[in-house]
Amino acid sequence: MNWTAIGMFLLFVVFTLGVTRWAALRTRSASDFYTAGGGLTGMQNGLAIAGDMISAASFLGISAMMFLNGYDGLLYALGVLAGWPIILFLIAERLRNLGKYTFADVVSYRLAQTPVRLTSAFGTLTVALLYLVAQMVGAGKLIELLFGISYLYAVMLVGVLMVFYVTFGGMLATTWVQIIKAVMLLSGTTFMAFMVLKHFGFSTEAMFASAAAVHAKGTAIMAPGGLLSNPVDAISLGLGMMFGTAGLPHILMRFFTVSDAKEARKSVFYATGFIGYFYLLLIVIGFGAIVMVGTEPAYRDASGAIIGGGNMIAVHLAQAVGGNLFLGFISAVAFATILAVVAGLALSGASAVSHDIYACVVRKGKASEQEEIRVSRVATLVIGVLAIILGLMFESQNIAFLSGLVLAIAASVNFPVLFLSMFWKGLTTRGAVAGSLAGLVSAVILLVLSPVVWVNVLHHDKALFPYSNPALFSMSAAFLAAWAFSVTDRSAQASEERGRYLAQFIRSMTGIGAAGAAKH
Amino acid sequence: MTPSHIESISNHPDFQQLVRRKRRLNGSLTAAMLVIYYGFVLLVAFSPSTLGQSLSGGVTSVGMLVGVLIVLLSFALTGIYVYRANNVLDPLNDKVKQECAQ
Repeated sequence: MNWTAIGMFLLFVVFTLGVTRWAALRTRSASDFYTAGGGLTGMQNGLAIAGDMISAASFLGISAMMFLNGYDGLLYALGVLAGWPIILFLIAERLRNLGKYTFADVVSYRLAQTPVRLTSAFGTLTVALLYLVAQMVGAGKLIELLFGISYLYAVMLVGVLMVFYVTFGGMLATTWVQIIKAVMLLSGTTFMAFMVLKHFGFSTEAMFASAAAVHAKGTAIMAPGGLLSNPVDAISLGLGMMFGTAGLPHILMRFFTVSDAKEARKSVFYATGFIGYFYLLLIVIGFGAIVMVGTEPAYRDASGAIIGGGNMIAVHLAQAVGGNLFLGFISAVAFATILAVVAGLALSGASAVSHDIYACVVRKGKASEQEEIRVSRVATLVIGVLAIILGLMFESQNIAFLSGLVLAIAASVNFPVLFLSMFWKGLTTRGAVAGSLAGLVSAVILLVLSPVVWVNVLHHDKALFPYSNPALFSMSAAFLAAWAFSVTDRSAQASEERGRYLAQFIRSMTGIGAAGAAKH
Repeated sequence: MTPSHIESISNHPDFQQLVRRKRRLNGSLTAAMLVIYYGFVLLVAFSPSTLGQSLSGGVTSVGMLVGVLIVLLSFALTGIYVYRANNVLDPLNDKVKQECAQ
C-alpha cells in the first residue's frame, strides 16, 4: 500500500466532489448539463481539450515507448499533435457555428433527423464505449499496481466516481475536473523534466549521449527504428491518428462549451500549445528515464525486468527525481487523469442517448429540458454500469489494441460524414447513413483481418489484411460510400437537402443564427 | 433566415470576400500542415537514416531537431491562423453581420 499516493488521491477526490457540488448548484438547463452553459473561456476550454488528449495512456505509454525504442515514441506523439492545427483550420469554427450540444446536430443540420441522428448516436456510443473499456482496463491495472487495491475495486471506484461527476455536475464538473487534472499533470511533468535536465547539467546533448551510451540499441535510439517502415502503414496510422481525434465525440463536444467561434478558435490555439509543450517534456522524461531509471537496479526485479511492467517508467522516474512524496503525487495524478477522461466519455455517450435518440428521435423535439436531463442522468448510470462490466470482461485484453481500434473507428465512422456535411453540398441523408455504416463495417472487418487481431489475438499464421492500421482504407470506403449514395439519390427529399446547403454554409461561415451562450 | 435573406447575404460582396479570404487562409495553412507532417512520415518510411544523422557531430540527431520543429511549427501555424482570423476575418465578418442584419 502506497499511503502518500492514497492520501493525495483522496485529497483530489474530496476536492473534485466539492467542485461537483458547486457545479450541481449551477446546472439547471439542458445547455448547462451538456455544454456548461456555453460559457467557458478559450483558455479554460483549451486546458480541458489538452487534458482530454494528454491521458494516462499518452503520459505512461509514450514515455514507456521512448524508454524502450527511443525516437519511435516521438512518432506517436507527433501524430496526435499534428491533428490539432488541421482541426482548427477545417472544423472548429464551423462546428461551433452549426451545433448546439452534439456533433450529430451538425451532421443532421439539413438532413433527415431520424436516420442521421440514429447513425451518429450509434457511432458516438460505439466509440465512447470502446474507448471507455480501454481506459477502464488501463485504469484497473494501473490502480492495482500503484495503490495496491484489487482490479475489481479499482474498476468499480473509477465507474462510481465517473457517474457521480457526470450525473450531478454535468459538463461544468466534467470540465473543471479535467482542467484541474491538466494543470496537475502539466506541473508534475514540468517538475520531472526540470529535474532530469538538472541531472544532466541542462544539456540535452549530455542527456542523449548518456542515454545512447547505456541503452541496448546505442545511438539507434536517436533515429526512427522500424515502427513505420512500411509507407502504406505509416500513412494509414498517420491518417488514423490525425482524423481519429477529429472523430472522438467527447472532443467534438468541447467545441460547444464556449460562447462563440472566436473562443472555439482560441481554445484550439491554447490546446495545441499545451499538448505540444507536454510532448516536448515527454522527450526529456523518456530519454532521461533511460539513464535514471534504466541503470538503477532498484527499479528492476530479480529477472532484470522493470518492476510493474514497461508502463511504469514515468512513475519510477518520479520516485527517482522527487522521492516518495512526489511518487505519491504522480500516482494520484495518473489516477485523476483516468477519472477526468472517462467522465468526458460518459457524458458524450449519455448526450447521444438523451439528446440525439430520446429528445430528437423518440420525442421529435417535444421533450422538456428537465426530461432530457433526467434521461441523460439515467443514461450515464447505465453507461457507468456497462463500463464496469465490460472493464471486468476485457481485463486481459491488450489496451494498445483497443485504443488503436477506437481511433481507427472514430476516423472512419464519424469524421468523413461530419466533414462532408459541412463541406459538400451534395451530401444527402442516404449518403450520410451509407458513409457512416461503410466506415464502421470496413474499419471493424479490416481490423479483425489485420495482423493485430488475426495473428496476435486469433493465432492464425498469416493475416488476411497485411496492414495493422485500417484508417487509409476504411476512411476511403466511408467517403466513397457517402459520395456514391448521395450522387445517385434522385429523390425529391435529396434535392431539398442540397437546396438547404446555402443557408447552412452562410451560418457556418458567419455565425449568423448560431446558438449563443446561456445567460445567467 | 428567409430565402430572400439568404439570397441577399450570399450575393453580398463583403460576404463573398469573407468566404474567399477564409478559404485562402484555411486552405494554405491546412496544406502547409499536411506537407510538414506527411513529409515527415514519408521521410521516416523511406529514409530513416537521414533523420538518424548526427546534427553537429554529437549524439543529438537531425530527427530530434525535426521532431521539435514540427511541434513548434504546429503551434506557430495555429498562432498565425488565430492572429489573421482575429485581425482580418473577424472585422469583415462583423461587417457582414451588421450589413445583412434583418
